[in-house]
Amino acid sequence: MTAIVKADLGACQGYANCVVGASDYFDIDDDGVVVLLQTDVPDAELTRVEEAARSCPVSALKVIRG
Amino acid sequence: MTRIVIVGASVGGVKTAQGLRSGGFDGEIVVVEKEDVAHPYDKPPLSKAYLTSPDDLGAIRLIDQEDLAAIDASWRFGVAATGLDPAAKELLLEDGERLAYDALVIATGSRARTSPWGEGPGIHVLRTTADAHALRSALQPGRRLVIVGGGFIGAEVAATARKAGVDVTIVDPLPAPMSRVLNEDVGRIFLDKHAAEGVRTRFGTGVDGVERVGRELEVRLSDGERITADALLVGIGAVVNTEWLEGSGLVVDNGIVTDGRLRAIGAADVFVVGDVCRWQHEDGSGSTRLEHWTSAADQARLVAHNLLSPAEARAYVPVEYVWSDQYDWKIQVVGRTGSAESQLIGDPAHDRFAVVYSDGARVTGAVIVNWPRALIAARRAVADRGDADALVTMLTEITAKAPAPVVS
Repeated sequence: MTAIVKADLGACQGYANCVVGASDYFDIDDDGVVVLLQTDVPDAELTRVEEAARSCPVSALKVIRG
Repeated sequence: MTRIVIVGASVGGVKTAQGLRSGGFDGEIVVVEKEDVAHPYDKPPLSKAYLTSPDDLGAIRLIDQEDLAAIDASWRFGVAATGLDPAAKELLLEDGERLAYDALVIATGSRARTSPWGEGPGIHVLRTTADAHALRSALQPGRRLVIVGGGFIGAEVAATARKAGVDVTIVDPLPAPMSRVLNEDVGRIFLDKHAAEGVRTRFGTGVDGVERVGRELEVRLSDGERITADALLVGIGAVVNTEWLEGSGLVVDNGIVTDGRLRAIGAADVFVVGDVCRWQHEDGSGSTRLEHWTSAADQARLVAHNLLSPAEARAYVPVEYVWSDQYDWKIQVVGRTGSAESQLIGDPAHDRFAVVYSDGARVTGAVIVNWPRALIAARRAVADRGDADALVTMLTEITAKAPAPVVS
């Protein structure tokens, strides 16, 4: 089952902890807001992407398990 | 392993519990927290927006209700740990209970260093929501606030209070705000910012004493000046919460000493995360203790992994990261800053710039203000110990292509 990553763009403060954790899923644009490079998270990637999402200091990211 | 007990429900403790559950731990988790709160909360907002926004603890939850429920822990709020018996593997609680554990994670954090100039009405520290609520009532337009200490907490509160129309003075014996972390030259950029925003700055000056005159406080500075204030915030650092471990056999040396994998020296099955953790580097280069949100979160993730997969235990090797919001500046500090070898890129007057620190060749750290692209590049360069000149050149080229807009 694939999980999906969601971002709360209004909450994002551009801290970039997610980019450090998983730069193939997250980037930050020139306004300092997260950009999702992909949203579907296969099982093999789940732990890594979930950890990157949880490293967000303002809880702007969530991985929803399918 | 059937029961893991975690002492402390701030970022280190909560993230450890979360990491254990999502890593597949199906035993019992008990979290003991001495503060009597309804829900784990996040501390960084306390010196920023929360200080002047309506009283809403829901806005600073560390974790939402759904994720909290998924941790499926027993939460013991309002109960302090008072001792540890590592031989019996028991945590002693203030209510007399001896709580048995198979593994223990200590995340008791630190507390604000108290005022050496007396305590009482009008004299504040800032560490907990209770502190924030007390200070909030002093932040009314036109009231006079003296902040002792120009570190991150002092500088953030100065910015928040100025925005609320408070008359603010910062006093610090150091030459500039945050200069202990950033170095004096870089600190002066922030000194100018605070002054431009209307803060009275008294750097290079200490406080000799504080006297009460009626309802007012009179702050005596070491250069003889006297400043009358309605409130005083003492922001002079933090003290680790380790007294309760006296006699436990754990090694305490301004923090609980652990090995490189965050296992406490002197006790089996005890791990340490967050402000109280002083870990020894595996390469023998001494020990470090950090007081950053991101370090606590990273250490928590690591300890959860090391508890669940001891055969693949990893060492903690951080890239330090701290953020601060002051006025319209989002300030981000990466890696080890403070060396004299620093280069400024961009113009602070345009509210967007970076400072790159190096050991003469390699990037060791950076300070970034309002510049997301530079932040990503700097975090990468610090992690890779990239070439300092290359980073400076790259950032300079971005600046030339897209100069920052002038903010009026």
